[in-house]
Amino acid sequence: MSDQVIHIIYMGSAACFILALKWLSAVPTARRGVIVGIAGMLLAVGGTLLKPELLHGGFASYRWIAVAFVIGSVIGVPMAMMPMTAVPQRTALSHAFGALAAALVGTAEFYLQAPHVSHFTMGALGLEVLLGFLTFTASLMAFGKLQEILPTRPITYRGQNFVNLSLLGAAILSAVWLVVDPAQARLFPVLSALALMFGVLFIIPIGGADMPTVISLLNSYAGLSAAAMGFVLNNKLLIIAGALDGSSGLILSIIMCKAMNRSFANVLFGAFGQVQVSAAAQEQKTARSAGPEDAAALLEDANSVMIVPGYGMAVAQAQHAVHDLFDALIKKGVDVKFAIHPVAGRMPGHMNVLLAEANIPYDKLLELDDANAELPQTDVALVIGANDVTNPAARTDKTSPIYGMPILDVDKARTVMVIKRSLNPGFAGIDNQLYYLDKTLMLFGDAKAFTTQLVKQLNESGSGR
Amino acid sequence: MDSDILQNLYVFLLATFLGLEVIRRVSPLLHTPLMSLTNAISAIAVVGSLVIAGEQKTTLSTLLGAVAVTASMINIVGGYLITYRMLRMFKKRESKKP
Repeated sequence: MSDQVIHIIYMGSAACFILALKWLSAVPTARRGVIVGIAGMLLAVGGTLLKPELLHGGFASYRWIAVAFVIGSVIGVPMAMMPMTAVPQRTALSHAFGALAAALVGTAEFYLQAPHVSHFTMGALGLEVLLGFLTFTASLMAFGKLQEILPTRPITYRGQNFVNLSLLGAAILSAVWLVVDPAQARLFPVLSALALMFGVLFIIPIGGADMPTVISLLNSYAGLSAAAMGFVLNNKLLIIAGALDGSSGLILSIIMCKAMNRSFANVLFGAFGQVQVSAAAQEQKTARSAGPEDAAALLEDANSVMIVPGYGMAVAQAQHAVHDLFDALIKKGVDVKFAIHPVAGRMPGHMNVLLAEANIPYDKLLELDDANAELPQTDVALVIGANDVTNPAARTDKTSPIYGMPILDVDKARTVMVIKRSLNPGFAGIDNQLYYLDKTLMLFGDAKAFTTQLVKQLNESGSGR
Repeated sequence: MDSDILQNLYVFLLATFLGLEVIRRVSPLLHTPLMSLTNAISAIAVVGSLVIAGEQKTTLSTLLGAVAVTASMINIVGGYLITYRMLRMFKKRESKKP
């Protein structure tokens, strides 16, 4: 088919992708967004399969493509069926696949064109391969950490930032050298190897709580790598789709950084939560605790309850128990809402998907600002598996490492209940003053087991108040 | 610089600004589906991979192209399917349990 027709097909595809993202902005139109996104991809793939380069080869051109389609679908379908608790690691894994595709195409293009690569093409190729390979290994590392194959705590050593930055510097230097002298084909494997190594070392100091930012950043890199490929192949559809993806990842990582009151540099080089033994932790403080009977009675007597879920809820797989609690309280006429902190969980929006999976209506899920507006009038705030995002030290204690981070003002509710295994500090290693307040009751136990007990108590106490 | 490069830079610039404006409006409620959808869209790398896998100019390029098509295909199939699955879960009111 002629090039013009294919250009028009590509234009349609680009329009579909833009509409897909636009419609994804709100729940009522979001599913339409996915459908039009699929249409965009079908146009892109269909248009490409009709390119004269492929048609001329006849059937033989398509044999490897057909094999790849089958293998890709066979792996892709089970990856889409993973449980919602596994979505962060699934996302990391698919960032790895996306980046790998871009890097491999870049490698193939280089060896097809070498040694006659133009300076500009080499620049775009260098960027594509650098971002592609580093995102590939970094995403695999992130997957390993999220799946807990690798240790989830940040691992640091002396001179780590120096090592990482020199490695990145060397990779960029070899890319620049290739741009200046594209005939130096031997440098290409060096560039690839350095990028792959940097990807690994880059994730080693990243801890679980920083994963939302890092996953977003990798999302952005995978997109930019595809856009760079667009410059190499002179293909505007690739540039547009890559730029959309790149800007999406960028926005998400900025939102995540703001929600932690930290800069990019701090997330990437700060190794948060490593050696912060605060003096306060040594003080003897007493926390009040309660059993399921008392807690259930307090919940039953409340007019309004705000549930604050965190990563602990995901780990304990407690979302369905939380749904039963929601049901039991609604039946008793209690107004139940959920307060979702932007960095709760391991990726942007993680808690929302988990609660939606558990059949909780999405209009009950409040964002940070809306939740904070309602918390002072709330009778009971019930924290399930969240810690640092509820620590009032972020507002009051200037010496605290999390000072300035926007938190959920749980301490402003009339009563606070916290389901937690023990008084151990959370990810950031910071003691939470919330647990020692007079209005706070600690409910010690596993998030799922304790929530189930609460539901049992509520259902046994009869339907009347 | 030839005009293709300049045109492509313009396209990149405009698409980035458009992306920033569109994505800023996405509700935080949907940030996870947003990421899985953009993930599927970034599998657009398939466009480049298909040509390389189909042209079969050298053994190396064919191999790299075929692996790249496979990786992209995983993201296309998996990405759209899981996004759709997630969005089906977002309901406004409690549905009665069977």
